Amino acid sequence: MRIEYFQLIDRIVALDIGAGTICVEAVVPRESTIFEGHFPGHPLMPGVLLIESMAQTAGWLVIGLTRFERMPFLAALKEVKLRTFVTPGTSLSITAKLLHDGSGYAITKAAIEADGKPISDAEITFRIMAFPDASMRLAMEETAARVGFPMQALADG
Amino acid sequence: MSSTFDTVANIIAETCDIPRDTIKPESHAIEDLGIDSLDFLDIAFAIDKAFGIKLPLEQWTQEVNDGKATTEQYFVLQNLCTRIDGLVAAKGA
Repeated sequence: MRIEYFQLIDRIVALDIGAGTICVEAVVPRESTIFEGHFPGHPLMPGVLLIESMAQTAGWLVIGLTRFERMPFLAALKEVKLRTFVTPGTSLSITAKLLHDGSGYAITKAAIEADGKPISDAEITFRIMAFPDASMRLAMEETAARVGFPMQALADG
Repeated sequence: MSSTFDTVANIIAETCDIPRDTIKPESHAIEDLGIDSLDFLDIAFAIDKAFGIKLPLEQWTQEVNDGKATTEQYFVLQNLCTRIDGLVAAKGA
């Protein structure tokens, strides 16, 4: 993770387009300027960033469903639960599954675990839209390479 | 067995916290009931699930934006229900 740059996913571990599931790894850094303020002397991973990490995980699943033709944008959150504190250095396993592939939107369910224990979960809705421009699509493809997006999964799905 | 309208009206009432008795077949979901596009996604999700269909929202939006259709054709509830019935019939054909 480089949380200052919103890089909250380290590696995609598994992606099954046909089944509509994804699993990623993410390790909370031991040091970050964010921890200087959240909270002084008591560093905790901000809950909003845990939510963002679930949104990014589910987002990779949805962008895969579109074959990188369109972009999912976070639209709504439901039933968000932040079950316990996450401290620097924690290894997270984040999963998401597709609940519904709608027309121009998708609804997913995502969850975070650490050492098999539930950390957070949420239902996440995305609007699916055209990329605003070619540069954003290119940036997403570059990010996909960084996190090991398995392009073969697109062919298999 | 409830009618398509009853099912849709109940979904709207529950999803948007709108009194059920104010939801009429002639109600326009946007102009009369004040449902915005994000809330309509929740309604579309519930309708898709209830009827086993996929409302073609993108196609409808495009047609309205292109001036090929009016919002009344899709978002007045009796018209919406007619289209739902059509999608259900097409699925079973």
